[in-house]
Amino acid sequence: MKRSVGIATATALVLALTACGGDTGTDTPAEDVGDNGSTVDETPADGGESTGATDGSEATEGGTAGGEGAALPDLSGEELEVAAVWTGTEQERFTMVLDSFEEQTGATVQYTSTGDDIAPVLTPRVEGGNPPDVAFLPQPGLLNEFAGRDALKPLTEDVEATIDANYAPVWKDLGTVDGDLYGVWFKAANKSTIWYDVEALDAAGVTPPETWDDLVTASQTVSDSGVTPWSVAGADGWTLTDWFENVYLSQAGPDMYDQLTNHEIPWTDPSVEEALNTLAEIWGADGFVAEGALQTDFPTSVTRVFSSGDAAMVYEGDFVAGVIGGETEAVVGEDANFFPFPAVGEAPAVVGGGDVAVAFTDTEATMALMSYLASPEAAEIWVAEGGFTSPNKSVDTALYPDDISRGIAEGLIAAGDAFRFDMSDQMPSAFGGTPGQGMWQDLTDFLADPSDVQGVMDSLEANASKAYGR
Amino acid sequence: MSQTATQVRPGGGGTPARTRRPPAREGRWLAWLFLAPAGVVLLALVLWPIVYSVWRSLFDRSGRAFIGLGNYQRIFTDADTFTALKNNLIWVLVAPALVTVLGLIFAVLTERVRWGTAFKLIVFMPMAISFLAAGIIFRVVYDQDPDRGVANAVVTGVHDVFSSSAQYPGARPRDADALPPAAAGGYATADTVEPGSTVPLPLVGVEGDALPEDPSAAQAAGEPAADAITGTVWFDFARGGGGAPGEIDDNESALPGVVVQALRDGEVVAEATTDDQGLFVLEGLDPGGYQLALPAGNFAQPFRGVSWLGPDLVTPAIIVAYVWMWAGFAMVLIGAGLAAIPRDALEAARIDGANEWQVFRLITVPLLAPVLTVVLVTMIINVLKIFDLVYIIAPGSSAQAANVIAVQMWSVSFGGAQDFGLGSALGVFLFLLVLPAMLFNIRRFRQEQQ
Repeated sequence: MKRSVGIATATALVLALTACGGDTGTDTPAEDVGDNGSTVDETPADGGESTGATDGSEATEGGTAGGEGAALPDLSGEELEVAAVWTGTEQERFTMVLDSFEEQTGATVQYTSTGDDIAPVLTPRVEGGNPPDVAFLPQPGLLNEFAGRDALKPLTEDVEATIDANYAPVWKDLGTVDGDLYGVWFKAANKSTIWYDVEALDAAGVTPPETWDDLVTASQTVSDSGVTPWSVAGADGWTLTDWFENVYLSQAGPDMYDQLTNHEIPWTDPSVEEALNTLAEIWGADGFVAEGALQTDFPTSVTRVFSSGDAAMVYEGDFVAGVIGGETEAVVGEDANFFPFPAVGEAPAVVGGGDVAVAFTDTEATMALMSYLASPEAAEIWVAEGGFTSPNKSVDTALYPDDISRGIAEGLIAAGDAFRFDMSDQMPSAFGGTPGQGMWQDLTDFLADPSDVQGVMDSLEANASKAYGR
Repeated sequence: MSQTATQVRPGGGGTPARTRRPPAREGRWLAWLFLAPAGVVLLALVLWPIVYSVWRSLFDRSGRAFIGLGNYQRIFTDADTFTALKNNLIWVLVAPALVTVLGLIFAVLTERVRWGTAFKLIVFMPMAISFLAAGIIFRVVYDQDPDRGVANAVVTGVHDVFSSSAQYPGARPRDADALPPAAAGGYATADTVEPGSTVPLPLVGVEGDALPEDPSAAQAAGEPAADAITGTVWFDFARGGGGAPGEIDDNESALPGVVVQALRDGEVVAEATTDDQGLFVLEGLDPGGYQLALPAGNFAQPFRGVSWLGPDLVTPAIIVAYVWMWAGFAMVLIGAGLAAIPRDALEAARIDGANEWQVFRLITVPLLAPVLTVVLVTMIINVLKIFDLVYIIAPGSSAQAANVIAVQMWSVSFGGAQDFGLGSALGVFLFLLVLPAMLFNIRRFRQEQQ
């Protein structure tokens, strides 16, 4: 008797072990698919930082003929060092951009990759008096920090003129600290894209909506057709902050957005209440959000739409394309497509991210490079290679390797001054960037109970006051 | 080192031990010289961090302003930290006891089965896995989707044996005003219907898998007999959109197998099931008004298993993962203790007529008590500083509900807030919690050596 109990338990344990093994094994990401001419070189594990969407393999000839736009001086013998987070394919493509600069000027540019976290690499070098000449920062917060320490050199008038000619004013403002212009926004990410299962929307007879009301109606129609409209990644709070930011920016407008970002208006403001109520039209509607959203992390929220067919639409930035390509069988552009986040208020808006080039030295060569980076010629080299969205409005969008990346870029450019940087990335990370705390947790709670608008606002305000220290 | 300690102590205050000459002056210097490297390492890596943590915990986030015990005050007033404290308490009360009891059971049983060694090997195996890997394994085990998570696969499997799921889960009426939810579940018509009439019952939200393989087109019902009510139940949604709501359009599918009831004063007086064309006929009705009802059984959502990692169950779920890892460790320690028990004591008890349970309870457990205490105390220390499993298993939405002190310490210091003052205070607090258990263990080791 006793023996059989022991053996039974042992067998159960073995079964449990093998079951675990089997389960973890099934998860292997599918091979990169290149059917639509796009391969994916990185799948963001946390999705937050990557700006790479799709990388076109239809490589066109890299360098454009020099001499257009900004005239570059002869810099033979000069040496420059450039630091950025890009590695692998992104590094290769960025090096092509630098190569063209070298050819045109005769200067030598050395590229240093800092890996994912650029701040811990740059800070000691700045303090040691040996910074690179130019570095690419992934957040406006870092730009402010280095500018505040007087580590950055203001850009010359020539560079400013190039920026004025090629960028919407919002990008210049994002590169300006206390009236001094420091940054050239070279690379951008568009986080106002809703990705959908083409077949599910076709079956429901729904076309991509242009306003929030249309989106709610479309969601109802999809639900009527027997498919759950939304997959929401409730386990990753940052996706929920992006939802909120899109609604708030379009509904309350860029000025209010900036004020809320800096906590100049409280989170109990009526505009926040309105945005939360708007969100609740989707998050709180019966049967709109696929079951188990709170246990769904970001990559799963994408595979639930494009592999398991649990839902028809998922919201997140352009990097969703990377997850679709890397983890599902769906083909971006055929089975999967996107539409811009619809206008909630009067005008659509675009929330996004990007990498800003800043100068730590002010030699002629450094400024020539900054000017070159602000020119369309530099951006077009990488645009044609794929996996890159440029905020430069003079870039010829015909050069984007596929319709999806072209659409993402055009949405970004069309937003013009209605573009805003991801709010949670600009806030103290205790509030805007920590799992289980601050805005992440409060919006998770809101997803769990979308009727409690007041409670969520109070909690947001309390947490924000704590994190901002006022 | 411990040897010197035991030898010196009997000598006591000043009088040198009789058995050994007092070390010569140069000998003492030599001793210090040899001790120095270890001493420096201990100072730099153990003592200094402790002292600095205490010091740092008295300063605010910037590290410049001295705030006294302010950070400690925050530990006990902040809601997040309070949850962490509460969870740590649950952990300390439940996990070590569970591990010890399971270890004891496994140890006693493996002594008696022929394949004991194999069994021990299997139970001990999780110890060979890192916390990180175990955390990832259990994240998958507890996955909500029964196709991925083995826990929910078992639960839903057992559940489905006893109750089958509905045919059209999640389907609902096209017009919620004409067919509102009924008190008893399901839906019932708002208006009453007379026998001899035809009632269309359009539904939407029917999942694609729920439809028959090759669904027939829905048909309008013909003229019924005087004592009957007929109608159609169909999926009022045309593929690709279009079609008028509430009308039977060309390409809309019939829904076979839907149960329709006629109610009079809330009592079921007739029941019918729709055929392949979605038609139903309720017959043998007396004149008067009837409500038509679609009972809840048609639409029940399939059982989705248990939300293991939801806020309510997340801590127990992680404790189970912990027990899975450490029960083998306890089993091996207790097994060693068991082997050291004098067999004659057990034999004597058996000869005196004690049954196996009495032998276990009155002889084995008391003799094992020292080992059990060591296991329990070691587990308490281990559990107080639990970090990895909680950090990895709890999804973001339950992170707060699963919080423990060590995770809170990490997240306030490095996870975003960058508040090393509060983080240090939490570290010191955790140290104070572990201290009694550590002192207890040290004292025991000393006693054993004497």
